[in-house]
Amino acid sequence: MSNHISSSAPTIISNKRSFSLATLRELWQYRDLIRVFVYRDLVSIYKQTVLGPFWFVIQPIITTLTFTIIFEKVAKLPTEGIPSMLFYMSGIIFWSYFAECLTKISNTFVQNANLFSKVYFPRLVVPISQIISNFIKFSIQFGLFTILYLFMFPGSERASSYNALNLLLLPVVLFAFALLSFSLGLIVSSITIKYRDVAFLIQFGIQLLMYGSAVIYPITTVPVKYRIFIELNPLTGIFETVRFTLFGTPMPDLWVLLYSIGFTLVSTLFAISLFSKVEKNSMDIV
Amino acid sequence: MTKRVLEVNNLSKSYKLGLINTGSLVNDLGEYYRRLTKRGYNTGQIELSAKAKPAEESKKKYHQALNDVSFTLNEGDVLGVIGKNGAGKSTLLKILSRVTTPTSGEVRIYGRLASLLEVGTGFHPELTGRENVFMNGAILGMRKAEITKKFDEIIAFSGVGQYIDTPVKRYSSGMYVRLAFAVASHLEPEILIVDEVLAVGDSAFQKKCLDRMMEVSRSGRTVLFVSHNLSAVKQLCNRGLFLRSGTSIFEGDIDKALSLYYEDGVATDFSNPVRDIRPFARKECLGNLTISTITFNKASFVVGDNWEIEIKLENHKPGKEYKDLLLDFAIHDRYDNKLIHLTNIFLGADRLSFQPRDVYKFSIPSIDLSPDRYNLFMSLRANEEIEDWIGEPVQFDIIESNNYGFSNSSLIRGMSQPKAKFQVIQNA
Repeated sequence: MSNHISSSAPTIISNKRSFSLATLRELWQYRDLIRVFVYRDLVSIYKQTVLGPFWFVIQPIITTLTFTIIFEKVAKLPTEGIPSMLFYMSGIIFWSYFAECLTKISNTFVQNANLFSKVYFPRLVVPISQIISNFIKFSIQFGLFTILYLFMFPGSERASSYNALNLLLLPVVLFAFALLSFSLGLIVSSITIKYRDVAFLIQFGIQLLMYGSAVIYPITTVPVKYRIFIELNPLTGIFETVRFTLFGTPMPDLWVLLYSIGFTLVSTLFAISLFSKVEKNSMDIV
Repeated sequence: MTKRVLEVNNLSKSYKLGLINTGSLVNDLGEYYRRLTKRGYNTGQIELSAKAKPAEESKKKYHQALNDVSFTLNEGDVLGVIGKNGAGKSTLLKILSRVTTPTSGEVRIYGRLASLLEVGTGFHPELTGRENVFMNGAILGMRKAEITKKFDEIIAFSGVGQYIDTPVKRYSSGMYVRLAFAVASHLEPEILIVDEVLAVGDSAFQKKCLDRMMEVSRSGRTVLFVSHNLSAVKQLCNRGLFLRSGTSIFEGDIDKALSLYYEDGVATDFSNPVRDIRPFARKECLGNLTISTITFNKASFVVGDNWEIEIKLENHKPGKEYKDLLLDFAIHDRYDNKLIHLTNIFLGADRLSFQPRDVYKFSIPSIDLSPDRYNLFMSLRANEEIEDWIGEPVQFDIIESNNYGFSNSSLIRGMSQPKAKFQVIQNA
């Protein structure tokens, strides 16, 4: 009996359910389900393909080459002394981690309506497994990036002033991306239960957002009078920190950093409370 | 002492009717702003309607699917939940399986609850049978260790052993269901929910569900059974919950629950040739003159029987005259094919006017339809307007028999069995 997901205390069903320690405990009990969902997300995409998981790295390679040609050779955007391939690839893989988590989590209710309408499990299992499966995908891409980095970075003009201790910030940056995409995704998915419009907005908005997030250009290239608009985007601070971490470019202004952190924390709290509120009766509406 | 496994206390659930929102985010924000400021737009019209009928409006906007339902179940109880469509059976199950939450009241579940309406939920077509067993098990709340322990048993039970490493999208639907059912039936819950209405699959599979349910209840666990098959309910359950329009009418002994259900006139008692039509749902009609009863000449028929119905009408507007009566009925098979369509006009009785004591009788001297359950749909026109239109069928059975005196009726597959002859014309 001990391997059942149940405890001696009764399960109480009422409309008073809200986020609490019990929710976390329940999520822990369902950790096997999270694991299975992660496996499904990773394995099912490339079943019946010849190249299989290589697609995980083919995508960023091709995008990097495209960006390098367009933004460096044609548009001649500066890359702050970072080898342009590395500059774009770091931007692309961190961006796609954020963007894919956000779009997938945004569709939590709509995509899983069939499942959610038949069986109960803590709904947060789905967004959490998305964060993890995309993280694994990110890790593979980051592995590829590391190889390129070891070849290209030591000879570049940034290498002499680079302090390897910066790398200690890497987990923090990743956590920030995960948390921000998680919270924004939860908010959007909570709204899409009633208003599908928001899902469409996210679909094309996310592409535009990349251009407003200092992904493919350093913030220093933006004219000072417009800079505030880019800096109001909480992603800007995080992307600038990514480049500080990997290449030793200057840290963003303190207020930009604090703003990004504050925004992420507030939106996470808001997202979790909103999600717990709407998930209860979501299947009556979706 | 028996152990209590389920407590349902004052459970209510209401649904918002109509569109969930005004259709667009902008309108909803406007609505929200208006509520916030308690101020109407200055168009006058909205103000007026909001003031004129607030109580009526709010009443109409909600549908009470469950209203203050309470009951408890002890270990080993088998509860049959009965009631017409829309009585709240599915809503109750949805709340118990935690797909949705009640509006008020609470449920306490002691132990694990599983429902057979979840069969195959979450199967991913690209994954293999093996992978799906683990995924489906996890979705249903099993831990990995538990699935690993029961894996061989599940595969043996499903009978898809040699295909277990093939993606399930290549499975036949039968294999798919068998595998899914094998996982679900190895859950070993303390409380099992079986919703026959929603059960997928063919009759053989449904029988398997019922068998599994019997097995579970014999092992001393608790079952909640929802079905329209009242003989199965009577056979399997020891307790009954009779719901009508979301309200619990009776909870207790199954025989008492069933007899109340019959008395309520909502379930067809096929042993009674007189059918009370008054409680039946109606489609759009005036409803001044309605059909009150339909009486068959027999409780059930054999092929080739003389088939008669007597129709009694009820006038709700005494003194009102009705001319040009048109009694219209059709017999449909279970696939909704219209097999027979008759009216009094077709049979030469036009210009018929209503007399309060009259009874109207149709007869078909030899009903040549093959054995099955048939649905009778009726409507009534008078003065060229639809007075009554019954929204649900009156059912009757033609029992296993044939029109030819042949020994094995089941070999005759036609929809209809007209009188027929066979001759050999010998040419010398």
